[in-house]
Amino acid sequence: MKRRTVLALGLLGIPLRGIAQANAHVSTTDPLVYALTKGKVVNAGRVKLELPKIADTGYSVPMTVRVESPMTPANYVRALHLIAEKNPIRDMASFQLGPYSARAEVGANIRLNGSQRVVAIAELSDGTFWSDAAFVEVREAACTEDG
Amino acid sequence: MALSRIQLPPEARRGEAVEVRVLIQHPMETGFRRNLEGKRVARNVLHSLACRYNGVEVFRATLSSGIAANPTLRFYVRAEKSGELEFWWLDDDEVEGSAKARLVVT
Repeated sequence: MKRRTVLALGLLGIPLRGIAQANAHVSTTDPLVYALTKGKVVNAGRVKLELPKIADTGYSVPMTVRVESPMTPANYVRALHLIAEKNPIRDMASFQLGPYSARAEVGANIRLNGSQRVVAIAELSDGTFWSDAAFVEVREAACTEDG
Repeated sequence: MALSRIQLPPEARRGEAVEVRVLIQHPMETGFRRNLEGKRVARNVLHSLACRYNGVEVFRATLSSGIAANPTLRFYVRAEKSGELEFWWLDDDEVEGSAKARLVVT
């Protein structure tokens, strides 16, 4: 959506909620995001990132990321990327999928250095990018000391 | 070679999405920790993992220190015909590991 359109909608009092927002969870100038998307628009939606709201420790937090996709050779999820915004290594994990995956869902136990937002970006076979984000409150961070 | 465990349903129907769980014993050392003498513990992360089903790669993961120790991954694969699911992984110490499991498709 163009900036002008967004402004016009705002002036007319049309709410933006419900319309897929471009780059709602990521910044296109972020070098890590740029490395994944090559500057393409990352739309909010289609991806569901499941994380607990509160985690007692950040050492191992169960995470599930799921994308609405038929997973056919014509339309599938090519990759899933996870970014932890406050970890010393933000580039958390990437998973390569394909039509043979049958279901675009991956689970893993992640490590979090304190309360933070985690962003999931999905790369589809048509070249579009979709995202979701979840905030996790971590009571005891996975210790990095001086990291 | 690290210990690992692969969990699959006992059998699957052709065309069905099969849940695959893999657990690998690995410290996923971040490189940010210090030992009792105050020296940094070198980073050792299991950074690459791949799964082949009847010789075709069906899943690949690139991991970082943001994945918990003893990484547990869960993903899906479409059951085509009975065969081997072969896992391969590599960590920062250049230690490779592998594991196999048989998927029975009816």
